[in-house]
Amino acid sequence: MTQSYTNYILHLADNALILGQRNAEWCGHGPVLEQDIAITNISLDLIGQARSLYQYAAELKGNGATEDSLAFLRTEREFKNCLLAEQPNGDWAQTILRQFFVSTFQFYLYQSLLTHSDSTLAAIAEKSLKEVRYHLRWGSEWVIRLGDGTEESARRMNKAVSELWCYTGEFFVPADYETAAGSDPAGLKDAFYSKVREVFTQASLAVPENVFMHTGGKNGMHTEHLGFILSDLQYMQRAYPGCEW
Amino acid sequence: MNRTAENNALWSYLEEVVDPEIPVLSIVDMGIVRDIQQTGQALTVTITPTYTGCPAMDVIAAAIRMELMAKGFSPVIIKNSISPAWTTDWMTEHGKQKLKAYGIAPPNPKQQVCSDELFAPHEAVQCPHCNSWHTSRISEFGSTACKALYKCAACKEPFDYFKCH
Repeated sequence: MTQSYTNYILHLADNALILGQRNAEWCGHGPVLEQDIAITNISLDLIGQARSLYQYAAELKGNGATEDSLAFLRTEREFKNCLLAEQPNGDWAQTILRQFFVSTFQFYLYQSLLTHSDSTLAAIAEKSLKEVRYHLRWGSEWVIRLGDGTEESARRMNKAVSELWCYTGEFFVPADYETAAGSDPAGLKDAFYSKVREVFTQASLAVPENVFMHTGGKNGMHTEHLGFILSDLQYMQRAYPGCEW
Repeated sequence: MNRTAENNALWSYLEEVVDPEIPVLSIVDMGIVRDIQQTGQALTVTITPTYTGCPAMDVIAAAIRMELMAKGFSPVIIKNSISPAWTTDWMTEHGKQKLKAYGIAPPNPKQQVCSDELFAPHEAVQCPHCNSWHTSRISEFGSTACKALYKCAACKEPFDYFKCH
């Protein structure tokens, strides 16, 4: 397997890990207990998916790489997650909308990977898809509940849309390693936006038009937020290399 | 699953290994042991996670190794497999009864409304404490990834439901 293919697996893993880490920041701070548990459950699923992918990437990479070295010892510029995953939690509306966008994308992406020629990747996609279905349903319901809820919840949801919409375009601009891996994210664009439009309509949210789309994350050019996430996430392994418990 | 008359004893050893989150249930009852291969005294056991992030998997792998090494097998190799993906259909009938006795509603035999439809009616789940069907779902995410949270309107007790997956 080539370096480029390993990068593709790392890209998928980084998306899951970084969003999982963001969601985990809600632990103990959720708006109500049940939803605190829900968002951290989703976080756990994402970190589980990231583990499967990092383990596989480590195997492809060889040279003593492990899931831990890939998660804890790479620098900001080596991370290949989409910019959306690293955006701050903001309020509950912003966290919900970010999750809804990522789950919608993952739902179509993992479906397309079920028939990928690499059977290990197809197996990870099959397993992850079962979890993503839950996330997508939960996220969609919350977008509708808030968008079509009270004046205040609608105001917050609209604000979240204006904050995050500009990061949705990056999903569909293929990086070289995606094209080389036989993955065509651009082909998922219509399905993604049509699902988003369907949920936004039910949520009484307007779909923004002609928005400039930010890109760069897939190639290691991140927003200022990722460095702070990594300093939290990687602290222990940086301060005490190889520590275990 | 490759349980046969020849390797039945090996499978019954693994019935002694429990899920640390649900200690009444063996890993065989859970359906997470998929295969056992024996070559002389060497064993290879293939297990599959319920959810990708299940934190019990490492503990389970260590427990299997200890159980089988105590029975004199060596080396004991644990393999992880994620395809085909685990489903609640693999839980044994015996396991479902033990779950219920423990106070966790077992997964319904046939998924009823576990669909992609939004705001779908909640699955009808029987209270494991008083057997009433007059229950409601509080959250589809519970104390562990594999469970949802319900409450019973008859006996007023909250309970976990091992959700369909």
